[in-house]
Amino acid sequence: MPKLSRAGRHAIGFRLNGRAVTAQAPARMLLTDLLRHVLGETGTHVGCEHGVCGACTVQVDGEPVRACLMLAAQAEGADIRTVEGLEPAAGELSPLQAAFREHFALQCGFCTAGILMSLDALLARAPDASEDAIREHLSGHLCRCTGYAPIVNAALAAQAQMKEEEDANA
Amino acid sequence: MKPAPFHYVRADALDEALDALHEGGDQARVIAGGQSLVPMLNMRLARPSVLVDITRVPELKRIEQRKEQVRVGAAVRQVELERWAPLAGLLPMIAAMMPWVGHTQTRSRGTICGSLAHADPSAELPLALLALGGEMHLRNRRKKRVLPASAFFMGMMATAVEPGEMIEAVAFPTHPMGTGTAFREIARRHGDFAIVACAAIARPDGANRLAVGGVADTPQAIDLPDPSDDGFEDALNEFAWSLGARDDLHASARYRRDLVRSLGRQTVKEAIACRS
Repeated sequence: MPKLSRAGRHAIGFRLNGRAVTAQAPARMLLTDLLRHVLGETGTHVGCEHGVCGACTVQVDGEPVRACLMLAAQAEGADIRTVEGLEPAAGELSPLQAAFREHFALQCGFCTAGILMSLDALLARAPDASEDAIREHLSGHLCRCTGYAPIVNAALAAQAQMKEEEDANA
Repeated sequence: MKPAPFHYVRADALDEALDALHEGGDQARVIAGGQSLVPMLNMRLARPSVLVDITRVPELKRIEQRKEQVRVGAAVRQVELERWAPLAGLLPMIAAMMPWVGHTQTRSRGTICGSLAHADPSAELPLALLALGGEMHLRNRRKKRVLPASAFFMGMMATAVEPGEMIEAVAFPTHPMGTGTAFREIARRHGDFAIVACAAIARPDGANRLAVGGVADTPQAIDLPDPSDDGFEDALNEFAWSLGARDDLHASARYRRDLVRSLGRQTVKEAIACRS
């Protein structure tokens, strides 16, 4: 039974965007701070720090999760994906990211990383997700710029694009 | 908005968790999904000195279908119950509620028992526990006990769980054929805390039960006759007043009482319509 003392730092091992990492964190550290301050992966943003705004959403074992509501210590052995892991190749945008740019689905960009990780998880799990399902999924995120409609449009466009690619590969 | 320091213990077995809780006494808290506790830690409304993580204890991760009940272990995440195929057939009320419990992004980690342990007055799962007549299974190092909702919820965010004790599981009774259930909620936005949430159950013998969350400090329930019965409206009105609704930022007391009557009536009628 692992015990992490309140004092000092402890090694935490997990997968981050496909590669194995080990990071040193105090027992009380949140996953957001482990990602940003210890590992320097600042794509994950931090908004409210109590699970309301959704800016810090990452994927843990394929599910969208608030990184501010997860202790770094709880990441031990997990497979974590952040916005840095979305691009299929260096400098290339995923269909969802490209659709966000195409449809003006972001302005200031603060909420964007979290929304991308949520929608990416939804489209992977439910490629035929309805517009209603997309809107319900988005209810877990706050965006103060776009009014959400461009984000829904981008998600639908990305969904169509991903299906087209799949059909072409079939 | 960072938690105060604590020791973190990751239990691999139930007895390890119980020993750590016993040792920590009233300074120890169980953490599972953390979707209610971590906000409390971040805001320092909770400052335990030991956190005991139970998410990797194998026997707490099970959903078991037993004779006339479904038992959900303390480490079962909300999304796991939501996706459990028999849910809609066995517990249609909970199936209807699940999309209203937080957001997809919190149900992915939050546990069923964690929401019950948090005992927020407007939360859906405590309402289900009361409406369905479920039972909380608690245990410490030495003994187990089983409590109904009325004995488990002690007040706003307060439960009967004692120092050294933990929730092992919750059991929801499944209902015989011919029972109807329904759930309705009004919130400012989808996923927000309920202003009023109603859950109703209509039994084959014609008895109806309505449970209401979001108004009093804990969910409350009443037995009601058929809506066509003369006494129905008076009983519902009396119930709405008995909840002691208060004005707050989200809604006035009067609006809450009105919702208990209108939403309550609709929910009971819907449960009766589902009774077949």
